Amino acid sequence: MIGRKWMTATLFRSMLILAAVLICAPADAKYQPEVVVSDPYIDLHTGPGRGFPIFYVAAQGDRITILKEQTEWYKVRTPRGKEGWVNVSQMASTLDLDGGPIDFPNYGVDDFGKRRWTFGFGAGDFGGARILSAIGSFALTPNISTELVASQLLGDYSDGYLGTASIVMSPFPEWRVSPFFEIGSGIVHLEPQTTIVQSLDRTDEVVHAGVGADIYISKRFIFRVQYRHHTVLTSRDDNEEIEEWTAGFSVFL
Amino acid sequence: MDSRIQRFFIVALATLLPASIAVAAQPKDLELEPLVVREPDRREIEVDEIDSENFEVGAYGGILNVQDFGSNPVYGVRAAYHITEDFFLEGLYGRSELGETSFEQLSGNVQLLTDDERQFSYYNLSVGYNVLPGEAFIGRKYAFRGGLYLVAGAGSSDFAGDERFTVSGGFGYRLAATDWLSLRVDVRDYVFKSDLLGSEETLHNLEFTGGLTLFF
Repeated sequence: MIGRKWMTATLFRSMLILAAVLICAPADAKYQPEVVVSDPYIDLHTGPGRGFPIFYVAAQGDRITILKEQTEWYKVRTPRGKEGWVNVSQMASTLDLDGGPIDFPNYGVDDFGKRRWTFGFGAGDFGGARILSAIGSFALTPNISTELVASQLLGDYSDGYLGTASIVMSPFPEWRVSPFFEIGSGIVHLEPQTTIVQSLDRTDEVVHAGVGADIYISKRFIFRVQYRHHTVLTSRDDNEEIEEWTAGFSVFL
Repeated sequence: MDSRIQRFFIVALATLLPASIAVAAQPKDLELEPLVVREPDRREIEVDEIDSENFEVGAYGGILNVQDFGSNPVYGVRAAYHITEDFFLEGLYGRSELGETSFEQLSGNVQLLTDDERQFSYYNLSVGYNVLPGEAFIGRKYAFRGGLYLVAGAGSSDFAGDERFTVSGGFGYRLAATDWLSLRVDVRDYVFKSDLLGSEETLHNLEFTGGLTLFF
């Protein structure tokens, strides 16, 4: 308990220091390439969103400078010094100064099928207790990936932590609703709550099998539902069976 | 005699010819080299190196009302990742302190919690949706990007010495002072269950905060 408090306090302080460093860090020379408009025109919005009004258009042949990117919008400067935001779908038709096409990343369901790194979090039920999970996975092939999950368990009588490593099999990675199967193992640590009298902390190994689905929402965004069946390898005579249900969100890179 | 001179020339030719071919071949190699050197002149665009501003970090402070334990100052840090113009994922960690319940105040020197148990902290992972993006005007001259967003998430609260599973929901307003600096105002409700005061009840804890965030 004290260990976790110390850890969170240290984390808190280091985040404040990081924020201070970010504020004070000198702005280094930025990469601001020039591209040529090849469509008849492209729209410049006042902000990075579809609803912001179009206040200017850059014409075919204009050389525009790319200043920065936020989500699917690029901030550009025109030869006349106008600065505005252009959607990636229109940036995709611009050319480099040699007339070559540029590969702007416009994420879609095709990229979902080819995802490699995925990060996310989830929450749900773990044998009557609540579970909060942070998930990271890496695809070795389109169908097979490895996954690490770190979870906090919050029960009525005890709290704890669960860490697992899994091999995940996705037979149809390109489907919008992509089912998966997994097996893995890990460690569970449980400690009783302060209001419960005399019960010891314990740490056990767990093995699990699971099934679930990754549901593509948009761009790089995934919704996940998952069921896992854990077998806790206790030091007592009987092993413990625990069912876990979670739902969560993740992002792929 | 004749044939001896002929033989001498043939031998001389045979020894010199490969050398002269080699000499003749050398300039040819040199001519080819510039073609290879020209390659870096191509002005390809490295899209990955364009400055991206999809991460948001910041600090906030405000007031947190913990049910039965009064309103107290709260402060914390947050980090968000903007996936699309609509959605973002956000994690936050905050700390506050629990005040005294009415019962403790009225009964004199009864204390329900130790000083250590009065330290309140929480973390939360949320999904945010930018529901009403737009521009806000100050006077005639200034226009700022802003927008209302909704958040919903789950996390854990360290309340009275125990960790409680906590769900949260709320809304906020973000006003972009520049592309990389934003002002934020947030209202959240943190909901968890507790049996501290006898029977188990659901506690609603409202929080009002303001803060600054940086995009990078």
